[in-house]
Amino acid sequence: MTLRDVVEIVQGTVLCGEEFLDREVKLGFASDLMSDVLTLLADDILLITGLSNNQAIRTAEMSDITQILFVRNKKPTKTMIDLAREQNITIIVTACSMFKSSGLLYQKGLQPIY
Amino acid sequence: MHVTFKVTAGDFSNAGKISSSIKTLLKQLNISSVDVKRIIVALYEAEVNVVAHSYGGEVVCDIEPHQAFIQVIDTGPGIPDLDLAMTEGWSTATAEVREMGFGAGMGLPNIRKNTDELSIQTQAGGHTHIMMRFYISEGTI
Repeated sequence: MTLRDVVEIVQGTVLCGEEFLDREVKLGFASDLMSDVLTLLADDILLITGLSNNQAIRTAEMSDITQILFVRNKKPTKTMIDLAREQNITIIVTACSMFKSSGLLYQKGLQPIY
Repeated sequence: MHVTFKVTAGDFSNAGKISSSIKTLLKQLNISSVDVKRIIVALYEAEVNVVAHSYGGEVVCDIEPHQAFIQVIDTGPGIPDLDLAMTEGWSTATAEVREMGFGAGMGLPNIRKNTDELSIQTQAGGHTHIMMRFYISEGTI
């Protein structure tokens, strides 16, 4: 699916990286534990997280992840958004929980890593 | 190529800045994305460790044609039981560190997984010196 599909499925809002909404994303990983994210070998996954701080963006950067879905209406700060822009990372926010977001996206074909 | 960076203890808002700078450098040197990722993941874990657990320190990075040698040296307080610290799931992290998404006891094991050679010198009350060597499969330097 494309990031545009992700936005539609979770009824999300794009905070930055609108220009990359045609990117394809095949794999999803949901975690608030950044060390867990850093163990992933796959690139170009959708990171689904409720952890809204600079380290979520930094972890994505180090892991070559270019799209993050923040759940439960988490509000990324301006610093986070600026950091994401620098790294060409798309940030999407949704009111859905991590469980619901993951379920909806899985149902529509987003694949798990494990 | 030799570069050094200072790491400030407790400065969570800037944790990762050094790893980010070195990542940019490695990419400019045309090092493969697979090698860049494992070097940077190990370095980022180590950088976060210094910010979270130490009194501050530095990152010393030496990049040669076929290898990257990165040292992360802090000024204390040292790791009392290194074997325990290398065990997945064991952690002394504070609530603040856990709020940042770390502190699950995966840092040092994750560093070990991504390095070709890893040596850690530490003692309780002293500094910790992490030496990480990565063999680089291709590059332009």
